[in-house]
Amino acid sequence: MAAETETRTDFGEVSRWKDGVFKYVTLAAALFGVVTLGVLLAYVTVDAVGWLDWQFLTSPPHPLPEEAGLFPALVGSIVLMLLIALVTFPLGVGAAIYLEEYASDGRLTRFIQLNIANLAGVPSVVYGLLGLGLFVQLLSFGYGTLLVAAFTVSLLILPIVIISAQEAIRSVPDSLRQASYGMGATKRQTIRNVVLPRSLPGIMTGTILALGRAIGETAPLIMIGVPTTVFGVPDGLFAKFSAMPMQIYTWSSYPDTAFQYGVVSAGVVTLLVVLLSINSIAILIRNKYQTERS
Amino acid sequence: MSDTTAPDLSRRSGQNTREFAYRAVFFVCALLSILTTLAIVVTLLSDALTFFAEVSPIAFLTGTTWSPANEPVSFGVLPLVTGTLVITFGAAAIALPVGLLTAIYLAEYASDRARSVLKPAIEVLAGVPTVVYGYFALVYVTPALSVVFPTISTFNALSASIIVGIMIIPMVSSISEDAMSSVPDSLREAGYGLGATRFTVSTSVVVPASVSGIASSYILALSRAIGETMAVTIAAGNTPRLVDLTDPAGIFLDSIQTMTAAMVQLGASDVTGQSLAYRSLFAVGLTLFVITFAMNLISEWVASRYREEYR
Repeated sequence: MAAETETRTDFGEVSRWKDGVFKYVTLAAALFGVVTLGVLLAYVTVDAVGWLDWQFLTSPPHPLPEEAGLFPALVGSIVLMLLIALVTFPLGVGAAIYLEEYASDGRLTRFIQLNIANLAGVPSVVYGLLGLGLFVQLLSFGYGTLLVAAFTVSLLILPIVIISAQEAIRSVPDSLRQASYGMGATKRQTIRNVVLPRSLPGIMTGTILALGRAIGETAPLIMIGVPTTVFGVPDGLFAKFSAMPMQIYTWSSYPDTAFQYGVVSAGVVTLLVVLLSINSIAILIRNKYQTERS
Repeated sequence: MSDTTAPDLSRRSGQNTREFAYRAVFFVCALLSILTTLAIVVTLLSDALTFFAEVSPIAFLTGTTWSPANEPVSFGVLPLVTGTLVITFGAAAIALPVGLLTAIYLAEYASDRARSVLKPAIEVLAGVPTVVYGYFALVYVTPALSVVFPTISTFNALSASIIVGIMIIPMVSSISEDAMSSVPDSLREAGYGLGATRFTVSTSVVVPASVSGIASSYILALSRAIGETMAVTIAAGNTPRLVDLTDPAGIFLDSIQTMTAAMVQLGASDVTGQSLAYRSLFAVGLTLFVITFAMNLISEWVASRYREEYR
């Protein structure tokens, strides 16, 4: 009897010991990336202190680190993002409406769906080549212009916008659609009066998050020839412009430590602050409508 | 106005063409995604084919020197492929185990509260712009590594691999966690009913049951590592060299060049629209596109198996 309980306790102890260790191993893994990123962000924020000031945000680039600023790139990024929003929002929502409301579950629909999923995984540098070949060489929209960049990055984030808009549209309960049809409404009226208003917060959230990704994209801009240093803000769709990630890329290749640990840090913090604000807007929209509905 | 049926009917017939027009517009939007894929293939192929008219595909795929802009020009893609493989293996060594353990923690151990904090925090890793990761690798990770490895170059494969690995952790963890969460609870309860601990249930029941989802996340993460551009361009440098397996330290401590970094270098240089160097850009791009597209398709196919299993 005593021997039996002993073995059972042994068995239990060994297993529980492994179980406890494993729990902390998995927890450590879950924290690994987050903590590393946190440390890196702390470093870059400390380095940006003293460099990230009003002068930095309102001045053009300059070979002297004390004079250097991010203004043209900051404005360029924001204008680019607005243009991308104008292109991707209607196209992405349109495609999502077709796939969710009109398409039957046929071979073509499944092909389109698979294709969208695959496009989301195509490296961004390949989209840069698409922009270079299609918009710069074939359509002659000009090397490194705002319009080419807007179209190129739009195609890049379009799959993400479509997928998130589809999810938002799918979450509209079917009973609402049936009520609308029961009232004699047509499909178009149902979509306009019932489906879209109800799914708009979700669509907006997804689109804004995708725009957050667009603002950090660098490789496609390099491929379509966005200039590395620009001193003014863009004055038209065919103007050359700069963007924050381009400026960070350029500065990070300067050997001067005042650039590496000062000016670039300030640029990185600015980019991350803009990105964070964009994402907070998306989360605010989502939370506002989630609480209203429940 | 008193007769409601007649105007209603006439409006119906007018409505039908409008209904059709709306459907057509939405269809065109959806079709645009297929047109994008076609445009990518046509753009890459047309320039790559004129490139392959002058440089034989065999010389391209087996050549061991990559020097597109400097004399003597040489277009051997192997150094770029091995460079890409080094980064991919390095990143995989971090992201695959860490991502899987993270998924196990989130799916099996974490309380609802811990999950609601950790999950979005891990997703942030994927949202940081890659140019920022590249900068982090260059100015923070490499100096930290030089304490351990004094011979490390300013540009090196190791810090680029580490940072790419961190970047793709969410890709592994979120898809794997989805797969683990879709494992029916009855399987877990059967395990607990036999007296198994959480450790045994996680590793012997949940992980094997969600293996196709995990495999799919692995393939997708590797595909992302292969296509990653800015971090490897900034941190790994621009030295196209064949990896020398007899020099294990040199593999990671020295500068290399990946396919994507070579594309950025060519794209940023002033190669003209008609030169061979410009066209080689599209040949490398086509190689990269084919590899990543195939991997994404395989990942999609593998993932569809676990979805069907537990539906």
